[in-house]
Amino acid sequence: MFTSGSIQSSLSFKEKIYSIDYVLVVSILILGIVSMFAMYSTGRGTYDYHTQSHILRFIIFFSFFIAISFFQSKFWFQTAWGIYAIFFLLLLGVKYFGLTSSGSQRWINLYVINLQPSELMKIGLIMFLAKYYHRIPTNDVNKMKFLFLPIIALIAPALLVVSQPDLGTAVLIAAGGIIVAWLAGVRIKFFAYASIAFLSLAPIAISFLKPYQKIRILTFLNPDKDPLGAGYQIIQSKIAIGSGGFFGKGFLNGSQSYLDFLPEKHTDFIFTLFSEEFGFFGSIFILLLYYVIVSRIVKIGHITRSNFGKLYCYGFATAFFTYVVVNMGMVLGLLPIVGAPLPIMSYGGSSMLAIMFGLGVAMSFRIYRDVPVN
Amino acid sequence: MISSASGSTVNKSKMISRRMFVMSIAKAAILVGIFGRLVSLQINESKKYRTLSDKNRFREWRLAPKRGVISDYFNKEIASNKKVYQLHITPENTQDIERLFVRLKSILNLSNEKVLALRRKIAKQKPWEPIIVSDNLTWSEFSRINLFLHELHGAEPLVSVARVYPQNSTSHVVGYVSQASVKDLEQKEYLREMSVTGISVGKTGLESKLDKDIIGEVGFQRYEVNAYGKRIRQIKLDKGKSGKNYRTTIDLEVQDFASKSLENVSGSVCVMDIYNGDIVTMASSPAYDPNAFVHGIDRKTWGKLLKHRDKPLINKAIAGLYPPGSTIKTLVALSSLENDVISPNLTVQCKGYIEFYGEKFHCWEKKGHGFMRMKDAIKRSCDIYFYEVARRLGVDRLSETAKKFGLGKKVLEGFKEERPGVVPNTKWKKKYIGKNWYLGETLHSGIGQGYFQTTPMQLCLMTAQLANGGYEIKPRLLAGSNKESNKLKEYIKYKNENPDSALPIDLLVANFNLNPLFKNQENINFVKDAMFASTNEPGGTSYRSRLKDKKFRFAGKTGSSQVKRFTIEQRKLEIKQKDLDYKDRDHALFIAFAPYENPKYAISVVIEHGGSGSSAAAPIAKKIIKKVLERDKLRESQISQTGKEI
Repeated sequence: MFTSGSIQSSLSFKEKIYSIDYVLVVSILILGIVSMFAMYSTGRGTYDYHTQSHILRFIIFFSFFIAISFFQSKFWFQTAWGIYAIFFLLLLGVKYFGLTSSGSQRWINLYVINLQPSELMKIGLIMFLAKYYHRIPTNDVNKMKFLFLPIIALIAPALLVVSQPDLGTAVLIAAGGIIVAWLAGVRIKFFAYASIAFLSLAPIAISFLKPYQKIRILTFLNPDKDPLGAGYQIIQSKIAIGSGGFFGKGFLNGSQSYLDFLPEKHTDFIFTLFSEEFGFFGSIFILLLYYVIVSRIVKIGHITRSNFGKLYCYGFATAFFTYVVVNMGMVLGLLPIVGAPLPIMSYGGSSMLAIMFGLGVAMSFRIYRDVPVN
Repeated sequence: MISSASGSTVNKSKMISRRMFVMSIAKAAILVGIFGRLVSLQINESKKYRTLSDKNRFREWRLAPKRGVISDYFNKEIASNKKVYQLHITPENTQDIERLFVRLKSILNLSNEKVLALRRKIAKQKPWEPIIVSDNLTWSEFSRINLFLHELHGAEPLVSVARVYPQNSTSHVVGYVSQASVKDLEQKEYLREMSVTGISVGKTGLESKLDKDIIGEVGFQRYEVNAYGKRIRQIKLDKGKSGKNYRTTIDLEVQDFASKSLENVSGSVCVMDIYNGDIVTMASSPAYDPNAFVHGIDRKTWGKLLKHRDKPLINKAIAGLYPPGSTIKTLVALSSLENDVISPNLTVQCKGYIEFYGEKFHCWEKKGHGFMRMKDAIKRSCDIYFYEVARRLGVDRLSETAKKFGLGKKVLEGFKEERPGVVPNTKWKKKYIGKNWYLGETLHSGIGQGYFQTTPMQLCLMTAQLANGGYEIKPRLLAGSNKESNKLKEYIKYKNENPDSALPIDLLVANFNLNPLFKNQENINFVKDAMFASTNEPGGTSYRSRLKDKKFRFAGKTGSSQVKRFTIEQRKLEIKQKDLDYKDRDHALFIAFAPYENPKYAISVVIEHGGSGSSAAAPIAKKIIKKVLERDKLRESQISQTGKEI
């Protein structure tokens, strides 16, 4: 412990630079560049507003990611709860001062940007629980009194986000929390109890759902029932991906998106657009990039020595994987359309900021892998 | 403390790693699932989705093809196509549709109802789908639109093609086209296959008969459209194929001439080539303007046509039914001779009337004709003589001959407006009226009254088949149709070259593919002689209408068919035809063939309520015969030009 404490201060700048995971950095850069082309294609080959601001955001947030990678991992440990608290306050702020757009109140005006705190909360919750479970002994994890705080920390933001309403993000926030709790050793039976409780509460929850949310769930169960109505998005997305075939229709030749058959093409359905234009090969390429990113974060978890770092990296990697899988499952017609962006690829500042922030924190656990956090 | 804490830390990190391992397995399974889904969508089912994607992308608009042209025998167009000037509006492109309507109202003659109808149509369709404001603008309207086009946003003047009929005289031959109705679509498969909304289809006449081949092959424009149905760009244009052109047997000049001769009367004229059945003229009066139907007929004009006393829409040549009157006497005489019922020398005394079975039968000549033989009886059209002939012949043998010569069945093929008429006999009456035949009815049939109903075209065919020596012909309206038909002209040529060696009937049939309608040709010649006498000898019923020039000399038979029987009082008062109500006057009929020596054409003229055949029908026939014969050389030369005829 003491010896390791001395290592901490002895890291030279050169060593820090060397210990950056370049595979991860390069993968993210490639993904960013691919996303720029995809965004350019949504503008039908014009360098339009979406493409411009997406590129700008990527440059800014990528630099932000690199910058915070050099923050000491100890710093994240010390500020984890504070960060959670700030994000939670922002969420509350949305509730009272939020901006409303197309029927839901998700954004808060911070003068510089319109921020969507629910996206940041995805990372905030993981940090909070990682610190929490770092601190309590293994034997206490499954004790009732130690379950209380995690449940509150998970449910409170999730409920706030559901009420925006934004079911998709709420589910993803909760998923992140559950993953960390599971990694920390919470017994399977508690998850079973929780799911039973949730299912028994589901009818009540459903009564709180907006009509369009109910329709979305029903539509997922049978999209062909109303092909021009609610099932339209799923059907058109499947047509776009399927018609891409092996090699795709070619860059800027995706007729489904070009002719507006594809909805939300620069946000949730960006993968569909890419798949249509670049076919099976393109899809596999994207899938591979995400696989590399996730496995590199997992690898950071392996080599970092603190449990806080492990919990955070494993938790973040798995959550990241979940975001990707939920988005792809959605556009491939395997999951209901809930509104989940594809990390880095989708248009949206808050989502990109949250992901870059999460990546930066993970990277700092690599640079300071041998430094204890407390 | 430290060791225990670090021990717990080690345990904890082991558990975290263990659980992460489980998580990784789950992740791998999910990845495999997504990979599988991608394989199934993009590889296995990619063809299906590509089709669906194309179905999304492409919309086809069908283009109505150009109809084929119908021309007369000399290639003058009687149904052609013309450029029409149209005005379309695309609501999406207008700035203020109300203002546009106001402007258009001042430029065109748009009625308020029309504007209302257009508004209703606009409300029903997408804003980028054009609507037709007018499909037939005049040139001046069209140029005014073009002049003001800069302030008419959304208005698109364009040039299209539509049917046009240069003459009214051929209105019944050609018929007309009009927008396809629901019924048309139900009945005609080719129309459903074309599926062009608002396509023009033939409704009557040749336009209807030839519709399937004359309509052409549909073209299409394929557009790429976006999700809202808006056309993005044209992908493919196939203009289709215009329909087949047709040349008819009609001689437009004779047709026009006949039509003019019928001006102010209601009736019809048919002229036929007696050898190949070419219908040179088929005129029906009054004619109508078929162009009125092409762009949708207005209610007022339509009502007027329907209510007109003389029924202009009916083609009287094939759909007008008249008792043949005395024109049937040619066949009654022939039938009796063929069946050896009487000899031409049979003499009957005509006292103006005769009594049979307690009923009085009158001759049209109240004073009586005196003693008559058959030839005189035909020439002077004595009813009493033919009562006697009919009585001896019987109606069943008469009907057999009449049917053989083309009465009682449709003459043309594919004219749905044509009517078959009636050739009565005992069986027919039993079947359709359900009563037994009276002998008195045989006598009425003998002078072409009673149940007899014929069309002018049938009478023309009957005359033609008498004139050509008694051989069956198939009348036709399309030049060069029925190729395998008989070689009557060749036979006549052969006969003229070898006047002494008459061929036996079986050789006639074998060598020239002829179907003789007689047992003994002398009988046919007898009837022809009698018809000649009727026109060219003093005392004949059409003597006053004869043509003296040997070149034009013709042989004919008059007929007057009663619409209403005279009452005894009327007979006593000697009421004249012209004193009767128009509707009660007799129909005037005349049949003839010309020239008498070496005949070529047969003609039938029917004037509805014209009074007597000799005064109303024969003079018209005379003028037309002259016209036809004057143009005979020209017609012959047309045959040798095209070569394929005969």
